[in-house]
Amino acid sequence: MKSYLFVLRKPAHSGAHVQEMLDIILTTAAFDQKVSILLLDDGVFQLKNGQHPENIGMKDTAAIFNALEIYDVNDIYTEVESLQERGLKPGDLCLPVQEFYRKDIAGLMKRFDVIFAG
Amino acid sequence: MKFAIQVNTSPYQSNAGHTAYQFINAALMQGHEVFRVFFYHDGVYHAFKYATPPDDELQFTAQWSELARRYQIDLVVCISAAQRRGLLCSDEAKRQGKQDDDLAEGFRISGLGQLVEATLEADRFIVFG
Repeated sequence: MKSYLFVLRKPAHSGAHVQEMLDIILTTAAFDQKVSILLLDDGVFQLKNGQHPENIGMKDTAAIFNALEIYDVNDIYTEVESLQERGLKPGDLCLPVQEFYRKDIAGLMKRFDVIFAG
Repeated sequence: MKFAIQVNTSPYQSNAGHTAYQFINAALMQGHEVFRVFFYHDGVYHAFKYATPPDDELQFTAQWSELARRYQIDLVVCISAAQRRGLLCSDEAKRQGKQDDDLAEGFRISGLGQLVEATLEADRFIVFG
């Protein structure tokens, strides 16, 4: 078994990108690997509460994040500065997250065998 | 060292695919092994057989096919990403009642499990694009 960190940096509904990343995340978890997620930069918007993607004909990807728990994906990390720069608080997100300061992100990444850039 | 590579961008969207190609060549020249190259997101556009750029431009797809032929590199295209973008091999097209046969020589179409397996097998996994 390896430990994976998926680093998500793009906003929700940027084409099929988020959905295709979630497909990799779910597949990796289905292979019984240890899966964690880090939301950086605009990636924090992926978990923003109150999305109405149906208005623009997109899938509700935030709802798929809620299903991650079934696959034992419980560790979702985010960066304090990424939230602050966008005027967001952890309470604005639809799942509980663990916050790290930018200076500690490199140390967090070192804990994992595989870093998936997304 | 054993490498697994992922390519996520199309040939004309970014240089990342060509950078991956050059990286793979350099790695092979130095005696490393490339376990698999996995094409995902818009990276699947590297596998279109009928891409016909002008003669004086890089022939991306032909380069990959030649790489696969010369070094027996496993070039895998994600089936769900490919089908979204209209890339169907003849078997899959038949199953869908279509007439396509778009996959270039040296590539094969498979699932995301092949990507996870590649990351498990490899010493280093590198994402381009």
